[in-house]
Amino acid sequence: MSKEMENLKSEIIRSSGVNPKKCMRCGKCTGTCPAFDEMEYHPHQFVYMVESGDIEPLLNSKSLYKCLTCFACVDRCPRGVEPAKLVEAVRLSVIRKQGANHLKADDIPALLDDEMPQQAIVSALRKYSK
Amino acid sequence: MQRIGVFVCWCGSNIAGTVDVEKVSEALKNEPGVVFSTNYQYMCSQAGQDIIKDAIAEHKLTGIVVCSCSPRMHEATFRKTAAAAGLNSYMVEIANIREQCSWVHKDMQSGTEKAIILGKAAVAKVNLNAPLTPGESPVTKRALVIGGGIAGIQTALDIAEAGFPVDIVEKKPTIGGKMAQLDKTFPTLDCAACILTPKMVDVAQNDKIRIFSYSEVEEIGGFVGNFTVKIKKKARYVKEDVCTGCGICTEKCPQKKVPNEFNMGMDNRRAVYIPFAQAVPKVATIDPNYCTMLKTGKCGVCAKVCTAGAIDYTQKDEIIEEKYGAIVAATGFNPISMDKFDEFAYNQSKDVITSLEFERLTNAAGPTAGKLLRPSDGKHPHTIVFVQCVGSRCDACAEKGKEYCSKICCMYTAKHAMLTRDKYPDTDVYVFYIDVRTPGKAFDEFYRRAVEEYGVHYIKGMVGKVSPEGDKLMVRASDLLANKQLNIAADLVVLAAAIEPDKSARPLATMLTASMDTNDFFTEAHPKLRPVESPTAGVFLSGTCQGPKDIPETVSQASAAAAKVIGLLAKDKLMGNPCVAQSNELMCNGCSSCERVCPYGAITYADKEFRMPDRTVAIRRVAMVNEAVCQGCGACTVACPSGAMDLKGFATSQIIAEVDAICK
Repeated sequence: MSKEMENLKSEIIRSSGVNPKKCMRCGKCTGTCPAFDEMEYHPHQFVYMVESGDIEPLLNSKSLYKCLTCFACVDRCPRGVEPAKLVEAVRLSVIRKQGANHLKADDIPALLDDEMPQQAIVSALRKYSK
Repeated sequence: MQRIGVFVCWCGSNIAGTVDVEKVSEALKNEPGVVFSTNYQYMCSQAGQDIIKDAIAEHKLTGIVVCSCSPRMHEATFRKTAAAAGLNSYMVEIANIREQCSWVHKDMQSGTEKAIILGKAAVAKVNLNAPLTPGESPVTKRALVIGGGIAGIQTALDIAEAGFPVDIVEKKPTIGGKMAQLDKTFPTLDCAACILTPKMVDVAQNDKIRIFSYSEVEEIGGFVGNFTVKIKKKARYVKEDVCTGCGICTEKCPQKKVPNEFNMGMDNRRAVYIPFAQAVPKVATIDPNYCTMLKTGKCGVCAKVCTAGAIDYTQKDEIIEEKYGAIVAATGFNPISMDKFDEFAYNQSKDVITSLEFERLTNAAGPTAGKLLRPSDGKHPHTIVFVQCVGSRCDACAEKGKEYCSKICCMYTAKHAMLTRDKYPDTDVYVFYIDVRTPGKAFDEFYRRAVEEYGVHYIKGMVGKVSPEGDKLMVRASDLLANKQLNIAADLVVLAAAIEPDKSARPLATMLTASMDTNDFFTEAHPKLRPVESPTAGVFLSGTCQGPKDIPETVSQASAAAAKVIGLLAKDKLMGNPCVAQSNELMCNGCSSCERVCPYGAITYADKEFRMPDRTVAIRRVAMVNEAVCQGCGACTVACPSGAMDLKGFATSQIIAEVDAICK
């Protein structure tokens, strides 16, 4: 793993709070993913590829913007790995360099309700900005 | 003044690698009381023990210190050595310079320094040691087995075989446990009932074995060799000794809508019932939650039809008190609840079932008479999906599921899949697995046969969601090796639910003062070397109450537990531990603090006469310790405000001397 990838990996792990080593490779995340057909890399691959430092293909993949942030994988993962958070972290590592948000920060309060996970808002803010 | 010998062990390089043993034996030579000090490669070897024996004779030693491994390892060895040389065993102290010193230090200098300090502390203690003699207590030659599944049955049969009486307490109306519910058993596919029911009959016919069915343990007192147990025989409203088991009442009872727990609730039984045809004892039981007579006083059909006159609506719970020398826990397991696994639609569709329910569906004595039919519409399923690891191997922090592998699911699922393909070749069978774990004699061969000969589709991946659509179950799953997502329209989904210890295990552990792990499995005294004993003396473990096990393992462990029980019951007297509490009556003020903290109930009070300095006689209430019950935990010595309580072999003065030696 190059030094640059090493740094990116630790940044993704830090910002997501996900420990990919907890994954037991059962594939329940991918088995449950409603956006499976749209995605080039599937949730279990995100977890595996981040752990093995093979992050370059993920950065350039459309899969980053196909994740619905529905959190089904987070809810059902038996090991508590939370793949969607990892997808989000990889996505952010790309988007943060690009700037230009989809929503304005001022628009957000009107969209909030108690049911919605905070991260869904953050996703909405950033992922369509490409 | 004591004459102390010090023996420093190298333990090969285990100790000598990080501790300068020569320096240690040299340094301890100058400690007060020490008249001899040496070191040797392996003190526990025959040659090493001879060094100790010779030194005791030659230097007229009155106490010895062995600087070696943990006392848990070799204290007993060196006590025997001392006794063989004519020295009281309790004049031996171990300084643990391996586990607590050489193994945790990397640097020779600090390791050596610490070893010397530990040796000094032990020498300081031996200086205050006094010879102790263990007391004896008699052994009640009767065993109690709690749980009447295959584990309890095997343990009871083996103990009875050795000639000792055994009682089995089973909370259900019949013995047999989970094995009685199974259809075939892996890997040989013999029918569970065919191999279990003869054993159940053996239990019933053995005059050394009493069965307390429909009974629970209420209270346990006493200690190894002398337990007193209260057993509650729940009222079954049928006279056990009169009922012939003819079953006419179970056919005539008008209350027909009681979920049949033996068939996992997949059909109904009557309010008066016999769980299954081969039940032992074959006696009817009236379920008070459903019986119209017991609830409203209007019915009485069963009493009318019973030709033996066995029905007794006035029966009450009965408490039986019995003494036992040993107790075996064999409380078994249950599949976990599927309530938290919404994604598999267990509570939404009748056609999503657990593996134990599947066993009943394929069992000739089950609700469908052995025909594999869907619970919802009674149709033959053509596509069946088996899901492995449901609730097993979950993250410790996850709210649902267990952290451990349930161990039996891979094999029984292979069995289910194979038998389905064998009986119904027109059925497509999918098994979703994370790993296939088949360590066991002829286990992997069995699994491979399911794949290669019977054409079961094994798919590495996990089912993410099951959604009922019309009369189908849409199964969405991953196929990791093909990197695909699969959508299968299934007729039946079978969940390999994790197993957990029976709910009765925890209150039982509390009564037994036996320890449990975080999953409520009983803890063994040593995970490798004492796997069937609880750390609590006289309590033994049989079957899945100790951890997930299949039938062969359960039976092996059950027999092993029986061997341990027999070893205990064969003794006429048990040597006690002389390191017990004693109360100095002159100092005791009768405050009861010690009695309140004693976890074993070993302390009682008595009024005693004392001659006062002015020659009058005063009566004072003082504490007395039952040495046979006391386990030497020392709680009372800390609680005692007047310093009257002390622990023999671990007296406060000895411990202070050790601390002083360390701090000097």
